[in-house]
Amino acid sequence: MTEDNRFFDLGKTGLTRRTALKGLAAGAGLMAAPGFVRYSQAQSSAPIKIGFQAHRTGIGAAYGRWYEKTTNAAVKLINDAGGINGRPIEIIVEDDGTDPKRGAEVVGKFASQHKTDIVFGTLFSHVVVGSAPTAGELKIPYYVVSEGYHVASGKLNRWVFQPGITDVRAQVTSVAPWIAANIGKKVTMIYPDYAFGYDHRDYFAPAIKAQGGDVIAQIPIPPTESSFTKYLPQIPADTEVLYHVMVGPGVLTFVKELGEFYGSNKPQLFGFIDSLEAVDINSPGLEFLDGSHFWEGSPRYAQANDSEAQKAYRAAVGIDDNGASVGDAKDVSTAAHMFGCWETLYVIKKAMEDSGYKGPEDRAKLVEATEALTEFKEGPEHPQGDKIFNGKIHQVFGHQNISKVEGGKLKVVHRTSIEDGMYEPEADYTTQPL
Amino acid sequence: MNWEGPTAKVYALHVAVVALLVGLNFALPEYHHGVLARVLVLAVFAMGYNVLFGYAGLLSLGHAMFFAAGLYGAGLPLYHLGWGVPAAFGAGIAAGFVASLIIGLLALRTSGVAFMIVTMMFAQVFYLTTLYFGEWTRGDEGLVLQQQARQVTLGAQTLDLTSPATRYLLAVALFAIVLLASVALVRSRHGRVLVAIRENEERTRMLGYDTFANKLAAVVTSGVICAAAGAAYALLFGYVGSTFASVQYSILPLLWVLLGGAATTLGPLIGTLFMYYVIDIASGYTSAYMLVVGAVLILLVLFFRKGVLGTVRERWVGWLP
Repeated sequence: MTEDNRFFDLGKTGLTRRTALKGLAAGAGLMAAPGFVRYSQAQSSAPIKIGFQAHRTGIGAAYGRWYEKTTNAAVKLINDAGGINGRPIEIIVEDDGTDPKRGAEVVGKFASQHKTDIVFGTLFSHVVVGSAPTAGELKIPYYVVSEGYHVASGKLNRWVFQPGITDVRAQVTSVAPWIAANIGKKVTMIYPDYAFGYDHRDYFAPAIKAQGGDVIAQIPIPPTESSFTKYLPQIPADTEVLYHVMVGPGVLTFVKELGEFYGSNKPQLFGFIDSLEAVDINSPGLEFLDGSHFWEGSPRYAQANDSEAQKAYRAAVGIDDNGASVGDAKDVSTAAHMFGCWETLYVIKKAMEDSGYKGPEDRAKLVEATEALTEFKEGPEHPQGDKIFNGKIHQVFGHQNISKVEGGKLKVVHRTSIEDGMYEPEADYTTQPL
Repeated sequence: MNWEGPTAKVYALHVAVVALLVGLNFALPEYHHGVLARVLVLAVFAMGYNVLFGYAGLLSLGHAMFFAAGLYGAGLPLYHLGWGVPAAFGAGIAAGFVASLIIGLLALRTSGVAFMIVTMMFAQVFYLTTLYFGEWTRGDEGLVLQQQARQVTLGAQTLDLTSPATRYLLAVALFAIVLLASVALVRSRHGRVLVAIRENEERTRMLGYDTFANKLAAVVTSGVICAAAGAAYALLFGYVGSTFASVQYSILPLLWVLLGGAATTLGPLIGTLFMYYVIDIASGYTSAYMLVVGAVLILLVLFFRKGVLGTVRERWVGWLP
């Protein structure tokens, strides 16, 4: 082969080595183009990332574990059914240690490191309130499952929602009519001396008054207390109903000491199951609660009239008829609250579908779409019952259950109407800029 | 300790650290930028603690109360009375001053273990007080300081404390002021008296120094710095809650300082930063991340008895203040 017959003569064509390389690079680019198309498809079917702010350690750990189980069960079901807008959900968990400072840091981590689409799943009020400013500043939608009155109070911001569980104010307002009509009108309240207790103190008293009843004494218990005997004599003798909310490890001592104080001659007891979530109602020392009543968000024990949706939900999460883990009867769930994670995920799904959510650039649209929601029908997506959502205060309203302790189980004896728990909204987040 | 160390070198190092921190504002990825802003404020808390623990040798287990005094001192007037940011910050510092003066006068009647217990008890009283006045503080749940309230208007300019860059630079500014002030402090006559008290209080008194007055000044300086950190935390991050007054937040600055190096000016920053990332990274792998923190602390005791910078100073760079 002579020089002239060279198949590819760079010198004669005026092609330099550099332009040849450029050409090669362009060719390679073209060849890669189908891959690029595949990449854009991958973008649209890439997972929707949900940052799950979980209480894996700290005081909320027992709740956190069940919140995680419920979340995973719901996500599996949603993904099996095709995900959200055709995209699967990916849950990214960060432990907040049930601490408000770490909570805020975790929200920052979700938004700017994990680049999640939203943040979800917080329970303890102080973590919600501590994290809310960060969520608002980073403009990342923050869906909490906390039951605090903080969201509805208007004290947080437009990026925080509570669409899957009712708040304490609604809960205490809705049980008041039943208490007054069925177990007594003269009520003494025992509650923890911190914010959660104050929601009970502030909203139950007016609610029972409206029913012709009266709170005759309020006994706050400091959170550091481990024995309650000195508080019990403060309960007036003419008390008909002892309304108790105790959270934390002290509850077993509390019930035991209450039993010793009263013996068999006790007033009616009405409690909030929050005290005994993840605690076996048949634990030694709790016999005194037999015959008393509890508020439950969703019933722990399977009921005779459970809907198909409720049965399917329990099976998916993996709890037996006693509300304990299938396979470990001692591992009692936090059934009264954890359904909120399930329902919240379906609300997120609905809002993302309504807004045609594609990615973080659509977060503001997602907020507006969530605010536009008004009601949720009872069914597989909302197994606890139907609900009404108020987009102005970002809070959902629903039915509450009142259960009686009978033969070592909790049996639902009354289910409140949604209207029983409704109150005049005190805020309007929709006026805040996005 | 080399107290006659080259002044220029010392100040050059600290100015360089501050310059590096300012430079990082433009270089750090978003997440780490936000983290560092928070860490800097907490490092100020640790530096305040270090003044008392590292230099004066007084181990307090109640410093959460000074941080919280600043937090509430700034947060409550802003939330309830609508005060502006500068006034609220001033109120936070004033609250820290008053609290540390009173606590100092009472607690310094004791020393050693008794001092630890007394400071812890006062901090517990303070914590319970924040719960007791739940009507105003919302106790454990706490208060959110809204974004629009966390802005400063300077003439035609509005400084938005919730914007990441502004927040970061303000955190650096506070850190720089406290850092340089603590360098000046520990190299001053008063600072040397504090070290003398730490090493041998009886001898210092015998030499004619008023050890009580010097210790009280150290408690107040320490309290005011911690309160400044607390006030800055409230204003920059928008949350005020009683968790920050709990005993955990009295232990944390002690750990940060021990980790970074007690009686070193830059140790608190290193300790706070290190601890943050140990927790941040370890929690990604296990929920038993406190076990990892524990292991790190054990390793520290075994190999870096004087903390990171303390050991560096001992072995290699003797002139570090």
